[in-house]
Amino acid sequence: MSRDPIGIALAALNSIASSPVIDKLGLRETIEKTIYQGTKTGFKALGATSRQFKNVTNLVTPARPSAPVSTTSKNLFDLNLSEEQQLMQDSIQRFAKDLIRPAALDADKNAKVPQDISTQASELGLSYFAVPEELGGAGTERSPVTSMVVAEELAYGDMGIAVATLAPIGVANALTHWGTASQQSKYLPAFLEESPLLASIAVAESEPLFDANLLKTTAKSVGNGFILQGEKSLVPLAESCELFLIAANLENKGPRIFIVESNTEGLTVAADPSMGLKAAQLGKINLNNVKLESDSLLGESDFDYQAFINFSRLGWCSLALGTAKAILDYTITYCNEREAFGEPISHRQSVAFMVANIGIELDSMKVLTQRAVTRAEKGLDFTQEAYLAHVLCGDKAMEIGTNGVQLLGGHGFTKEHPVERWYRDMRSIAICEGGIHL
Amino acid sequence: MLLELPKKLQNLQGMAYQVANEMLRPISRKYDLAEHEYPKELDMVASILDGMNAGDDDGVGAGEASKKKKRTDGSISNGSNMAAVVGIQEFCWGDTGLLLTLPRQGLGNAAIAAVANPEQLKRFKGKWAAMAITEPNTGSDSASIRTTAKKDGDHYVLNGEKIFITSGARADVIVVWATLDKDLGRSAIKSFAVERGTPGMELIRLEHKLGIKASDTAAVMFTDCRIHKDNLLGNEEINVEKGFAGVMETFDNTRPLVAAMAVGLAKASLDQTRHLLKNSLKQDYSTPITNVSAVEAELYRMEADWEASRLLTLKAAWMADNAMPNSKEASIAKAKAGRVCNQITLKCVELCASVGYSENELLEKWARDSKILDIFEGTQQIQQLIVARRLLGKSSSELK
Repeated sequence: MSRDPIGIALAALNSIASSPVIDKLGLRETIEKTIYQGTKTGFKALGATSRQFKNVTNLVTPARPSAPVSTTSKNLFDLNLSEEQQLMQDSIQRFAKDLIRPAALDADKNAKVPQDISTQASELGLSYFAVPEELGGAGTERSPVTSMVVAEELAYGDMGIAVATLAPIGVANALTHWGTASQQSKYLPAFLEESPLLASIAVAESEPLFDANLLKTTAKSVGNGFILQGEKSLVPLAESCELFLIAANLENKGPRIFIVESNTEGLTVAADPSMGLKAAQLGKINLNNVKLESDSLLGESDFDYQAFINFSRLGWCSLALGTAKAILDYTITYCNEREAFGEPISHRQSVAFMVANIGIELDSMKVLTQRAVTRAEKGLDFTQEAYLAHVLCGDKAMEIGTNGVQLLGGHGFTKEHPVERWYRDMRSIAICEGGIHL
Repeated sequence: MLLELPKKLQNLQGMAYQVANEMLRPISRKYDLAEHEYPKELDMVASILDGMNAGDDDGVGAGEASKKKKRTDGSISNGSNMAAVVGIQEFCWGDTGLLLTLPRQGLGNAAIAAVANPEQLKRFKGKWAAMAITEPNTGSDSASIRTTAKKDGDHYVLNGEKIFITSGARADVIVVWATLDKDLGRSAIKSFAVERGTPGMELIRLEHKLGIKASDTAAVMFTDCRIHKDNLLGNEEINVEKGFAGVMETFDNTRPLVAAMAVGLAKASLDQTRHLLKNSLKQDYSTPITNVSAVEAELYRMEADWEASRLLTLKAAWMADNAMPNSKEASIAKAKAGRVCNQITLKCVELCASVGYSENELLEKWARDSKILDIFEGTQQIQQLIVARRLLGKSSSELK
């Protein structure tokens, strides 16, 4: 588009940025913030990693913990969680209510998970359960159902903090589910080290109408390895990760996942502050001629890219369940306390029916997610179920998000209440690919 | 946790599908055109259904849904409520109007199974029972019915007009809601079994309807209609605390059944639309919904909503089978399935254009049939009211 007179005038205005006039007009801070953002979003190398990934134990065959007996032995329709899953649910629920929720406002503002929350989260031992026993972890079972419950409960506290917490665990889950013996031996023990390994899954790309089956990021087989080229987006903790699982289109093979250490030459990262999920510190990865060894290709010939994507989509569905429940609970309390025309606004059907519909659609999201995840856990095909769950959760999460703000009126539009944050977070459900893996 | 049907229910589903496909679907259009004519083919279907129910504790019919069995060992049951939901779903895939007028499978049978005492259960066994609640001036507010029942020695005398009685002219018995004392409000409402041919009970008319034409809808007048006191179902005491709640409990059991009708009917439309559009669809269940064709996106969204309706209905029935209170979940299932079924059947006509609108296909019929499923056994609005009151913790006087 060519510059019109207004554009030229604006350009001229911009050139006076260094003049004292801007202080007189009180513009200094605004302009500086813009400059800061500009710098921040530039790509930079992540060379600082000092961690050496080393094999503590050398597995001969990959460790593949089986699904819990509570699922595999079952042939009846049953919505109950197992006793272990209920215990897990209770403890995460308490953590989310007592610690995450009170920290969520600042985490959003500062775009960062507070240190004490990260510490407490790692004390819950979630990464221990994600690493199989054979490699020193506590993972005796591989249960996507438990992961669903954990994601849901964490997101009840805050979705951004939940994503930041679950991103590394997703990488551990994926390595446990798909990794070869040597990949597991090399990377999984690092999740148990004293300074917890930050890692994350990168699937999305900066493309409108992005399709995870049609990746622009490419991988070429060269000699005894691969060369990656492209750019990824929506990567949680991008700037602080030491390890990535990156989706790229492998020449003549189709989309595959590559294990990439963040200090690999040619890999640069940049922050990409987005509408919501601030605490998850979303960012981009640029891959410029990144050379990888042959062992960096995740899994063997039985690797199933579609299932990998399904596990991620169901992760976002699970997060949506938690935030939707948060919105339901919050609006119930608000609408019962807020009075207009001499009585609580919840006494009006136009208000009450909106609350009822949040409840109805939340239950709808839940049964679809539960069905897909339990099928996955039982080893049944779950592509169709995961897709339908993601379609419904994508639509209804946003509907619930926007009605959450609506029910609080103008108050919902301010940061006095968390509904505006939930509104921003819920917009991610239909969009996100990668990031987490149940 | 698992949300799949067990083998036993899959078998039952298969059998019900065979009946629906071979016996109901072929006569679907015939009785849509011949309103008020009794579908005599149903006598055979009803016998088959009796046979299916006889062999097992967990049958498929209306009366089966209200049996409450609590396992003592704490294990989970997939019992008669779920079986009823699965069976009804398949039958309504065949034809909803015909299902509604299946002999011995009326909503009255569900009411008898829910509230009758053992002697009554025995006496009305094998009878076809219709249900009479609605009156000309009383629809959703069923607590304010005006039909009266006056005690007179060993008898009750009924007076009043009832409308919208499904199979009212075909059933052996009509279960009538009447009040023992209008001044005592909802707790004085009781249900009475009135056998066909009882003097004082007169058929006024059969309605001409938008859909479900195979199922007759009767209006009946009761004028000094005397019935024996043993025909009062359940307890004759007026319990101000619990009375009406007891009557309403019937709905907790029947709402999932109506939701199941909606699930089956919507499936019929979806299946046929997919069949008609098969050359325009790719449906890989992988491409983001933003990137598929408009018709594929519609179908994905409909299928997701349909699947949610199906699972919510099973959930409500599963809770009943395991003696968990399910009032809220029954209403959620009915609300979701009712509206989704209506949306799906209407959208399918739109997608198939003139093919969908023509009487050569059943799509236009299903789009007419579906409307009632978002109305009877509690309208969409009543279900939302129930769910809202439960969620917000409000009484009916606070949230009107």
